[in-house]
Amino acid sequence: MILSQGTDTFSHPSPPSVDIRSVSSARGEDPTDTIAVPCESRAAPSQALTVSQLARVIRDTVRTNPLLARVLVRGEVSGLQSAPAGHVFFTLKDATAQVSSVLFHSDAENLGFELEDGMDVLATGEVDVFPRRGTVQFLVRAATPAGVGAFWAAYQKTRKKLAAEGLFDPVRKRPLPPFPRRIGVVTSEVGAVVYDIVTILRRRYPLAHVVIAPALVQGPGAPASLRRALAFVEDRVDVVVVARGGGSLEDLWCFNDEGLARAVASCRVPVVSAVGHETDVTIVDFVADLRAPTPSAAAELLSPDAIELIVRVNAAGRTLVREVQDILADAQSRTTSLGERLSPRGLRRELDANRGRLDKARGALDGIARREMARHRDRIEALARRLDVLSPFATLRRGYAIAERPGGSVVAHVAEVAPGDALAVRLQDGRVHVRVNQEDP
Amino acid sequence: MTEEASFEESIGSLEAKAEALSQGDLPLERALAVFEEGLALYRRCHAMLAEAEQRVTKLVATADGLTEEPFDPGT
Repeated sequence: MILSQGTDTFSHPSPPSVDIRSVSSARGEDPTDTIAVPCESRAAPSQALTVSQLARVIRDTVRTNPLLARVLVRGEVSGLQSAPAGHVFFTLKDATAQVSSVLFHSDAENLGFELEDGMDVLATGEVDVFPRRGTVQFLVRAATPAGVGAFWAAYQKTRKKLAAEGLFDPVRKRPLPPFPRRIGVVTSEVGAVVYDIVTILRRRYPLAHVVIAPALVQGPGAPASLRRALAFVEDRVDVVVVARGGGSLEDLWCFNDEGLARAVASCRVPVVSAVGHETDVTIVDFVADLRAPTPSAAAELLSPDAIELIVRVNAAGRTLVREVQDILADAQSRTTSLGERLSPRGLRRELDANRGRLDKARGALDGIARREMARHRDRIEALARRLDVLSPFATLRRGYAIAERPGGSVVAHVAEVAPGDALAVRLQDGRVHVRVNQEDP
Repeated sequence: MTEEASFEESIGSLEAKAEALSQGDLPLERALAVFEEGLALYRRCHAMLAEAEQRVTKLVATADGLTEEPFDPGT
């Protein structure tokens, strides 16, 4: 059961429900201490409750209300106080009400950001009653900042803290392995991100084994889930990508978690981050060894391209053939000149035999290269088409023009020209020479 | 070259053979041997790229620890 306020865009798995009895006994109170509650609604003075009894009735009423056992609430933090034991006490308030709240030591350690007075937060937990002080308290188990102001404040605080520790230093960045044998992917196991990454890796570098480490990628449980997935996968791969598709500030918040950032920084293998869209920069992006603008780009950055590899292999093959031909030709000319003097039939026969070996090998080489190029022709042609689309000449064919100075340099801004300047306007079939009349920015 | 040589090792050896031949100071018999080793590596590199089928697995935490099972990302 969840109570929520204006948080429609924020969804996440609920925390595990807390067994009320175990909570009660864990606090060292005697759960067998039964209370005699009078049945009559109008109690006679002789049947008056003790204060303790009343407090317990209140407590039991609160504890047995399922609405209060698992609450999601949004409010502003105020009166923040840290107790020496590490518990954090504060009030959650809105314009017309406030609820006394506490974040216990262990939950405070896992929060992933620092609470501040005035911060708008979204908190999950349960409500309980403390008879000794007569207070009703909201026990916060997990929270995230809510609203742009709160996100920004928490983000800046974590960023400054980790930057001061040197976790973002360029010297810490490790190079990616050029030929990864095993690639770890920490992300949600459903959705477009994992599909895109696997598809691109299959096309570019099918030699690699891809290991998916599933994780929650949003909500209060996400940082711990991401840390666990990273810890599971880091010993099994040569490189890891931590990825998530685009989303709201709230959705991406888990990638600003301090604990996750530290786990990325101390990962045993290089980490590529790919969170949200290009404009989204999270704390994890700062600590990663390489930040990719998108998950698809991450897949491309961490894999060699099979086509480029074929080109390299073929280049080496051509060098082999060219060099051995030179060596044979050289040997032949030496043998010929020798032969003119000695007529060594034996040497000549040996040379012919060697040439036969070479021709056979060369035939095989050509055959393989032809087949491989044919196999990849579609991809090569697709790439060529893409290059053509991107070329400025393709743009000209669509009816656009490029303004150039007489020397051929491109004019990109009005500020670069003055009235009277001579320019050439390049169209798809040639140039028109013009003079600037007037600037009109 | 062992059967387990990775693509990285194979392409590295292939390029080393090409480089060795380019130096031009090998005796004829040795040069031909290097050429044939290079040709075998060349075939091997092409075959590895042509025959590779990507393995995709998913990590699953079980009572006995972590296991990997086949994974299909769907569409």
